[in-house]
Amino acid sequence: ITDTEGVMVEKGGTLLKGLEISVAEAEKRTGKNAVSIQETYTVYLIETRAVDNVSEVANPTPDSLWRRYSEFEIFRNYLLVTYPFVVVPPLPEKRAEFVWHKLSADNMDPDFVERRRVGLENFLLRVASHPVLSNDKIFYSFLTQFFVLCLLFCVGFFEMKHYGDELQSVISQLLRVRARVADRLYGVYKVHGNYGRVFSEWSAIEKEMGDGLQSAGHHMDAYAASIDDILEEEEHYADQLKEYLFYTEALRAVCRKHELCQFELEMAAQDLISKKQQREELATGTVRTFSLKGMTSKLFGQETPEQRETKLKTLETQIEEGEEMVKERTAECDEFVKNAWEDIERFREQKDRDLKEALISYAIMQISMCKKGIQVWNNAKECFSKM
Amino acid sequence: MSAGTPKSLPSSGQKSIQEICHPLSAEESILSPSPDLGNTISSTGEKDLSLPNGNAVDTSSPASSSSLLNRLQLDDDLDGETRDLFVTVDDPKKHVSTMETYITYRVSTKTTRTEFDLPEYSVRRRYQDFDWLRSKLEDSQPTHLIPPLPEKFVMKGVVDRFSEEFVETRRKALDKFLKRVADHPVLSFNEHFNVFLSAKDLNKRQGLALLSKMGESVKYVTGGYKLRARPIEFAAMGEYLDIFTQKLGTIDRIAQRIIKEQSEYLVELREYSPVYSSWASSEEELQEPLDGVAACMANCCSGLEELTEEMSEDFLPVLREYILYVESMKNVLKKRDQVQAEYETKLEAVAFREDRKTPVPTDVEKCQDRVECFNADLKADWDRWQNNKRQDFRQLLTGMADKNIQYYEKCLAAWESLIPLLQDKQEARADTN
Repeated sequence: ITDTEGVMVEKGGTLLKGLEISVAEAEKRTGKNAVSIQETYTVYLIETRAVDNVSEVANPTPDSLWRRYSEFEIFRNYLLVTYPFVVVPPLPEKRAEFVWHKLSADNMDPDFVERRRVGLENFLLRVASHPVLSNDKIFYSFLTQFFVLCLLFCVGFFEMKHYGDELQSVISQLLRVRARVADRLYGVYKVHGNYGRVFSEWSAIEKEMGDGLQSAGHHMDAYAASIDDILEEEEHYADQLKEYLFYTEALRAVCRKHELCQFELEMAAQDLISKKQQREELATGTVRTFSLKGMTSKLFGQETPEQRETKLKTLETQIEEGEEMVKERTAECDEFVKNAWEDIERFREQKDRDLKEALISYAIMQISMCKKGIQVWNNAKECFSKM
Repeated sequence: MSAGTPKSLPSSGQKSIQEICHPLSAEESILSPSPDLGNTISSTGEKDLSLPNGNAVDTSSPASSSSLLNRLQLDDDLDGETRDLFVTVDDPKKHVSTMETYITYRVSTKTTRTEFDLPEYSVRRRYQDFDWLRSKLEDSQPTHLIPPLPEKFVMKGVVDRFSEEFVETRRKALDKFLKRVADHPVLSFNEHFNVFLSAKDLNKRQGLALLSKMGESVKYVTGGYKLRARPIEFAAMGEYLDIFTQKLGTIDRIAQRIIKEQSEYLVELREYSPVYSSWASSEEELQEPLDGVAACMANCCSGLEELTEEMSEDFLPVLREYILYVESMKNVLKKRDQVQAEYETKLEAVAFREDRKTPVPTDVEKCQDRVECFNADLKADWDRWQNNKRQDFRQLLTGMADKNIQYYEKCLAAWESLIPLLQDKQEARADTN
C-alpha cells in the first residue's frame, strides 16, 4: 500500500485525496497525570502534506501535531461508536505482549517505540483508505488540529453525565423499594409466630394431635425469628449500592469540570474569531457582519487611514494574544480530557466489577433465605404428618 | 392412618357413666366390632333392632337401630374394597334464565346398594338442593352430626358468585359434604339422601317433602325443659368444642393476616423488576446480569401470588367449614340436653305421683329410649368426627407446609439459575485481563 516514505500509491478513489500522512517521529515526554504524579510517556508526530491534485507533488512543508498513544485509542473508540457496521482497523498493541524476550516487554524500549510508530502510521493509512472512514470530518481534525479531542469528548462527557444521573436515580429508587419490601417481609415472617402460640394452646386439648402441633409451633416460632438475620444481611447489599449512589456525585463533578474547560476554550475561540473578522473588515473596508459601529461610521463618515492603521495594529496584537490563549486553553482542555477519560474508564471497570460482585452476593443471600425457608417448612411438615 | 390396636367401642345402653370412655380417648375405636356386641344391646333397644342391610333407617323410629348399624358398618368405611357407595361433585355450569342466574353441579353416584334402583346416577343439583338435603338430614337424624355446607349467603358486591375461584371452592366443599354423608353408616341410608342422588327432578320431591317436614320436626321438638347437668363425657365434648372453635377462629385470623401481609409484600416486591430493567438499559457490561435479576424478581412475584391464592382458596375455606361443623355439633349437643331434660323432668313427675302400683308410663320409657339412643349415636359420631378431624387437619396443615415449600423452591431455582449468568461474565473478564 505504501512505499518507504509513506506516500500513498493505491489507485482509484477511496484514499483521502490530496493528503499525505505519516507518523514521522517519536519523543519522550514527562508530565503530571490525572493524579498529579510525574510520568514519562511517548508522543508521536503526525505529519500531513497536502498533495497538489494536478501535479501530484506534495507541499514540502508539512503540518504536524504531536499525539500520544492514548489519543489514538480515544479516536479509534470514537470510530467504533460512530461506525458500528465498519470493521475498524486496529491499533498496535498497547503493552508489549507476545514477547519472546523479557527485555522487550518495556514500553519505553526504543525498538518497541519504533514498531509502534510504524503501527500507528499503518493505522492512519488504513483509515485514510477506507471508503467510509476516510470521509469522517473528525479524522481530518485528528490529523491536523489541536482541540479536536475536546469535541470528541463533548458527546462522551455529556453521555457520562447523563449516565451519572440515571445511575443516581435508579439506585435511589432501588433503595426506596428495598426499604418498603423489607418492612413488609418483616410483617409476613413475624405474623407466623402467632401460629406458634395458637398451636401450643390447641395442642393442650388434643391427645394424639398434640405433640405434632406443639413441635410444629416451635418451628413457626423459629421461622418468625429468622427474619432479623436475613434483613441484617441485606443491609450489606444496600450499603454497596449506596457507595455507588454517592460515587455518581463525583462523576458528575468531573463532567462539570469538563464543561467549564470547554466553555472557557469556546469563549477564547469566539473572541479570537471576532477579532479576526474585525481585522478583515478594517483591512478590506467591507462590513461583513452587521454592527452598530459599522453603521455609524457609514453614516457619519469613515476613519482616516492613520486611525485605521492604529486600530489594525491593536487588533493584530490582540489576535496574537488571542491565539496564544486558545492554544493554552486547548492544551488545558486536552490535558483534562485525556486524564479524566482515563479515570472514567477506570471507574467504569471498577463499577462493573463491584456491582457484579454485589449482585452475586445478593443472589447468594436470597438463595440462603430460600433454603432456610424450605428447611423450616419441611420440619413443620414432618410434625404435621405425625399428627 | 394406621390401624392400631382395636379398642372397645363406647357403648350405648345400660352402661354406667363411669364405664363410658372419655370421648377424647376414643380415636382408634372405629375398627373391629365390640366383642360385647351381644351384651350391650339393652333390653329396651332390642325391639327396635333391624338388620344392617335390611331396611334403611326410618325417620319414624328412634335411632337405636343405627347403633348396631354403626358398629357393624364402621369398619367397612376403612376398607375401600367393601365400600359400596361413591359420590362425586364436579362439572359446574352456569344457567341463565329470565328469573335468575345460578350454578349447577353434576352429582355422580356409583353404588351396589340395593336401596338404589340403578348402579349409577348422574344428576345436576344447585346449592339450594344441597341446603334442602342438609335440612332434611338434620330433621330426620337429629341425633347425628351432620356435616356442614359452605356458607349460603355471599355479599353481592364483595364476592363474585360466578368467578372460577369461588365456584371451585364451593364445589370442593359440596363434594366433601356429600362424601362425608356417603361415608356415614347411618346418614348414607337416609331416604332423602337417596332421592337427592337419584331423582331427576328434585323440585317435585322438595314440594312434597316440605309438607312432611313439619311432621318430622315435631318429634324432636322438646322445648322448655331445663337440664340439671350434662353428663361428664358430653360436658367434656362441649368444652372441647368451645376451645376448639376458639382456636380455629384464631388460626383463621392469623391465616387471613398472613395473606394480607403477603399481598402487601407482593405489591412492593413487584416494584423491583421495572427498576432493575430500567437500570439494565443504561448499562453495557451489567445489562445482562441486571436483566437477569429483573426476571428473577418477576418469578418470585408470581410464586408468591400463587401461594397467596392457594391459601385463600384451599386453606381458609376448609378452616371455616370446620367452624361451621363445630357450630352444628354444639346444636346437636343442645338437642341432646333437651331430650335428656325432658326425660328427667317426666321421670321426676312420675316419681312424685307416689303411685307405685302403676307401671312406668310408656311415655317416660320412650323418653329414656330416646336419651340412650341419642347418647349412643352421638358418641359414635363423635369418635368418627374426631378421627376425620385429625385426618383433615393433618392434610390441611401438611398442604399449607407444601405450598410454602413450593414457593421457596420456585424462588430458589430462579436465584440459582442467575448465579452462572453473573459468574460467567466475571470469569470471562478475568481471562481477558
